[in-house]
Amino acid sequence: MGEYGIVLVFAALGAGFVIVSLWMSWALRPNKPTPEKLSTYECGEVPFSEARHQFNFRYYLFALLFVIFDIESVFIFPWAVQFKHSLENSISVIGNGIQGTLNGGAAFIEMMIFLFVLVLGFVYAWKKGALRWE
Amino acid sequence: MEKRSASLGMMEQIISGLNQNIITFLQNAGIPLWTYDFLKTIVIAVVVLLFLALQVLVVFFLDLRKIHARFQCRLGPMRVAWPANFHGWAQPIADGIKLLLKEDVVPAAADLWVFRAAPVLAFVPAYLIYITIPFSENWIVRDYSIGILYMISISSFGVIAIFLAGFGSNNKYSLYGAVRTAAQMISYEIPLVLSIVAMVMVSGSLSMQDIVIAQEGTMLGFIPNWNIFRFFPFGFFAFFIYIVTALAELNRTPFDIPEAESELVAGYNTEYSGMKFAFFFLAEYANMFAVAAIATTLFLGGWRGPFLPDVVWFILKASVVIFLYIWVRWSLPRFRVDQLMDFGWKFLLPLSLVNIFAIGLWMVLKS
Repeated sequence: MGEYGIVLVFAALGAGFVIVSLWMSWALRPNKPTPEKLSTYECGEVPFSEARHQFNFRYYLFALLFVIFDIESVFIFPWAVQFKHSLENSISVIGNGIQGTLNGGAAFIEMMIFLFVLVLGFVYAWKKGALRWE
Repeated sequence: MEKRSASLGMMEQIISGLNQNIITFLQNAGIPLWTYDFLKTIVIAVVVLLFLALQVLVVFFLDLRKIHARFQCRLGPMRVAWPANFHGWAQPIADGIKLLLKEDVVPAAADLWVFRAAPVLAFVPAYLIYITIPFSENWIVRDYSIGILYMISISSFGVIAIFLAGFGSNNKYSLYGAVRTAAQMISYEIPLVLSIVAMVMVSGSLSMQDIVIAQEGTMLGFIPNWNIFRFFPFGFFAFFIYIVTALAELNRTPFDIPEAESELVAGYNTEYSGMKFAFFFLAEYANMFAVAAIATTLFLGGWRGPFLPDVVWFILKASVVIFLYIWVRWSLPRFRVDQLMDFGWKFLLPLSLVNIFAIGLWMVLKS
C-alpha cells in the first residue's frame, strides 16, 4: 500500500460507518410522514417562494479576496519550510535553468518583498471599501 | 532518544512482538504481505474510530451538559447513571440512542441526494484529520512529511459539507446559515494558515513529529521550549490568532453566526433530524478535538512532559485547550456579522502578517 493509501482506507471506512449507521437508524426508527411534516420549516408559517434566491453580493467580494490570500499561503509554505535551514547554512536552489545558493537573509528579504506587494493590494482593497460590510 | 526506545511501553512491545509472529506465520503459509498490511490498516482505522466516538461522547457530555450547567449554577443531568444519581454519566449514551430511534424527516422540497451526501461529507474529513495526530512518539497512524498541510487541506472540506447541507435543504434559514458559514470559514482560514506558517518557519518542517521534536529542551533553565513561549510575545500572538480563528472555523460562540438560534433557528442543519443531524454534531466535536490537538502540537510542545506517559500529557494539554473553548462558549455573547468580518480582515489578518515579519526578522538577527 502506498504512503497515502491509508487515507483512502480511512475515507472508505468513515463513509461506511456513516452509511451503516444511517441504515441501522432507518431499520429501527418509525416512519409516518404527513404533508405538513414534509413541508419546509418556516417557523410554523406556510412556506412561500423558493429558498434559493439572491443574497448579499458582499459575500462574493470576500470570496475573491480569499482566493488571492489562499494562493499566497500556498506560495509561502515551501519558503517557510526551508527558511530555518537556509539560516543555518545556505541551501542550493535549482529551478528554471538557474542553479545557485540562497542564504537566510536574502530569502527573508525576498519573501518580505512578495508579502509587501500583497499587502499593498490588500490596503488598496481596504481603501476602496471592499472590506466594508453594510 | 536512546532512553526513550529502551523504555518502550509494554503495549508497544506486545504489539511489535505480535507483528513479528504474524509476519512469519504469513510467510510460511504463503499469503501475500499486503493482505496483512491492509488488515492492519483496517484495525488501526477502527481503533481510531472508537477513540473518536468515545472522545466525542465525553466532550459533548462535559460541554453541553455538565460544564454548561455549572456555568449557570445548575447541576445538569443527574439521573441517568449507574449507580443511581452518579452525576448522570450515561446521559450521552441515552442521547445517542434517542437520536438513532428518532424519525428522520426529509422535507419534500429538499434535493434528496445533496441532502443525504452532506452528513457523510461532514464526517469523513473530520475523521481523516486523526491520521496525523501525534499522540506520542510511536502513537501516530502515519507521520506524513507534509503533516500539517495535509490537516489544513482536509479540514477545509468541512465548508463544502455545510454548504451542501444548506443548499440541499431548500430552506431559507438553512441557505442563509450556509452562506454565512462559507463567508466566515474562508475569511478566518487565512489568519489560521498564516499563524501556522509562522510556526512552520520556527520548526523548519511540516511533519507533526518534527514540529514536536523542535520544541525540545528549556529556555533559561526552567521555561519549556514550547512555541507559545518562544520569540515572546510573537509566539503567543500566533497562539492567540490560531485559537481565535480555529474557534471561528468550528462555528462556536462567539462566532456562531452560522447557527444563530435567535435569527436562523439552527442555521444549515435546520431541516436535519435523527441520525443525519447526529453526524453533523459528531463532526463538529471530532473537529474540536482535532483543532485542540493541532494547537497542542504546534504551540504547547506536543506529547512532551515529565513523569507521566506521553499519551497522557498529550490528552491533558488538548483537554486544556478544549476547556478553554467551552469556557469561551458559555461566557461570551455572539458577534454581529459586520463585527465578525472586520475582526477577521482588519485585525487578525494584519496581525498575522506582522507576526510572520517579526518572527522572520528575529530569526535572521539571531543567526
